[in-house]
Amino acid sequence: MPDLGLEVLFKGKNMLRLLGGLGVALRISAISVLISLPLGILLGVLMTFKNPILKAILRVYLEIIRIMPQMVLLFLVYFGTTRAFGWDLPGETASIIVFVLWGTAEMSDLVRGALIAIPKHQYESSEALGMSRAQTYWYIIIPQTVRRLIPLSINLITRMIKTTSLVLMIGVVEVLKVSQQIIEANRMASPNAAFGIYLTVFMLYFLACWPINLLASCLEKKWK
Amino acid sequence: MDWNVIAQYLPQYEKAAWLTLRLGVIGILWSIGIGLVCAVLQYDRVPVLRRIVGAYIQLSRNTPLLVQLFFIYYGLPKVGIKTNAEICGIAGLAFLGGSYMAEAFRSGLEAIEPIQTESAYSLGMSRLQTLRYVILPQAVSTSMPAFMANVIFLLKETSVFSAVSLMDLMFTAKDLIGLYYKTPECLFLLVVFYLIILLPVSLLGSWLERRVRYAGFGS
Amino acid sequence: MAEPILTVDHLVKSYDGHTNILENVSFAVKPGEVIVVVGPSGCGKSTLLRCLNGLEPVQSGRVQLGGETIAYGGKNLQALRQRIGMVFQSYELFPHLTVLDNILLGPTKVQKRPKAEVQKEAEALLDRVGLLQKAKSYPRELSGGQKQRVAIVRALCMHPEILLFDEVTAALDPEMVREVLDVMLDLAREGKTMIIVTHEMQFARAVANRVLFLDGGRIVEEAAPAQFFDHPQTERAKKFLNTFTFDAVK
Repeated sequence: MPDLGLEVLFKGKNMLRLLGGLGVALRISAISVLISLPLGILLGVLMTFKNPILKAILRVYLEIIRIMPQMVLLFLVYFGTTRAFGWDLPGETASIIVFVLWGTAEMSDLVRGALIAIPKHQYESSEALGMSRAQTYWYIIIPQTVRRLIPLSINLITRMIKTTSLVLMIGVVEVLKVSQQIIEANRMASPNAAFGIYLTVFMLYFLACWPINLLASCLEKKWK
Repeated sequence: MDWNVIAQYLPQYEKAAWLTLRLGVIGILWSIGIGLVCAVLQYDRVPVLRRIVGAYIQLSRNTPLLVQLFFIYYGLPKVGIKTNAEICGIAGLAFLGGSYMAEAFRSGLEAIEPIQTESAYSLGMSRLQTLRYVILPQAVSTSMPAFMANVIFLLKETSVFSAVSLMDLMFTAKDLIGLYYKTPECLFLLVVFYLIILLPVSLLGSWLERRVRYAGFGS
Repeated sequence: MAEPILTVDHLVKSYDGHTNILENVSFAVKPGEVIVVVGPSGCGKSTLLRCLNGLEPVQSGRVQLGGETIAYGGKNLQALRQRIGMVFQSYELFPHLTVLDNILLGPTKVQKRPKAEVQKEAEALLDRVGLLQKAKSYPRELSGGQKQRVAIVRALCMHPEILLFDEVTAALDPEMVREVLDVMLDLAREGKTMIIVTHEMQFARAVANRVLFLDGGRIVEEAAPAQFFDHPQTERAKKFLNTFTFDAVK
């Protein structure tokens, strides 16, 4: 049996430190999701309005955010604003700003998509039943939109969690950074620690995202 | 913004962009191959293999590329699997992209009515002929929008290659910022080069999507 | 008497293992015969045709084409299917291929016949159904009736010994039904062997040599068309035929 470097995990508080690192990543995603969801819903609804100027502005925002790799956005906010405004932005704050910008854009597109996917005759037939505009939305449109939207938004949460791995690159101490520290500290005693530790991180991310995605696909099937 | 600095940095960015593009394209080609094989294995419900494919897809889709790369680049050599940085980047991208492409192709396959298959069978076609002449051509067309979205996604994902010390655009930008503090110029070039790579693909994607949605086959 | 081309012996088919869609169905088709199968919705007509082409597993009984058994997943199924032409209600042209390529696919890829020869034949057949000018069009550019005529040509080009038609006009607008039925009448005159499932009673009467009335998965009546339509023997057949006539309201 080759040395897989797994014993490092059980040395001292290493496992706890790793979990703590993952906790940082999850905290950043949770905060970003909580802010992105309502903002995204708002922007998504605004996008379905017929105002051309509003539409154009939102479209440009959406396209710019979506075409850039999140890494580039992180660099722009972390290095760019530090230079431009002369402040010292902590990495974690910079990442939350980027993930909120990105999450809001993605969410707004999901909301817009779900809203325009409702066929026009759904509006017409509820009006034909004599429903008011508010009743049409409350009883017909919103329930259908929400069913389409919930699996997709849950999916967005796991995308957010996976993307938080990038914050390592702007110096946030999260699970990968903690891994590097542990591997470095045990270089002599366990030279193969990199295998065991990175495998563990891989599985930790999997265990964080997989159940959430499973839930999303269950809901999707149920509401089809 | 100092245009002299930009002119001075341009060659380095250009070189980095080619690296990004080259590794990206090779990784995506592998993803397409892996994706097609996995999609067909799942669609045809090949016993055992489809379970393995299912597990691979879940593992790949529920973990970040950066973590996959760390494991391949720093972890695997410890058990004797040594690679260089470029192969590692391509392998990571293919591991990630294979599952995304598989899902795109699979939904394309599932969108085809079973009676199309029966229609091919009633012409005396074998399973393989049906797949080749009837099912796959249609599935590839219907999965075009998802396919293009994946291409863009995977090209963007290459931005983490710098973590395994590949001198791509991100690496170049970070390196130059660290050395000379010409932050605005460096970031400007970074954005411009990513736009040069991603904008055409994105436009092609939305053009294809419109074409598939409104025109169908044969326009 | 000529030997039958196709024989069906005591066919039993069930989807769930409890209720039988087909119960003990037996009949034989001789060369040049046109059999029309009629019956209420859900009586098993379409399932019967699908079993004849080996598209469905059956519980018991057997289908034979020229002495060879056709079975779902059976050996030689591909070779046997080449000898049976099938036309579906929903046309099932291949949307990514032109009309001509749809027709050429089977003969060139499955039967490996030379393309030039098949193309000549395909064009002649398209001309006969009035669609030669559509050879380079894609299915989505065609009306339902045109698609169905192409589907018939596609089946014919395989040189089948017998043709199966599964409610081929059921999805068509009324004004397009005629153009498809005319093609089928033409084929009957030419002496093609056919089994036709249809709801078009006047057409059935005109085209059939023999009518099979299927109800509840059984052949309830089997007769010449004049006999069946004018003097149905069973209550069920009478009731079924009555659904096609209306009494004046006033």
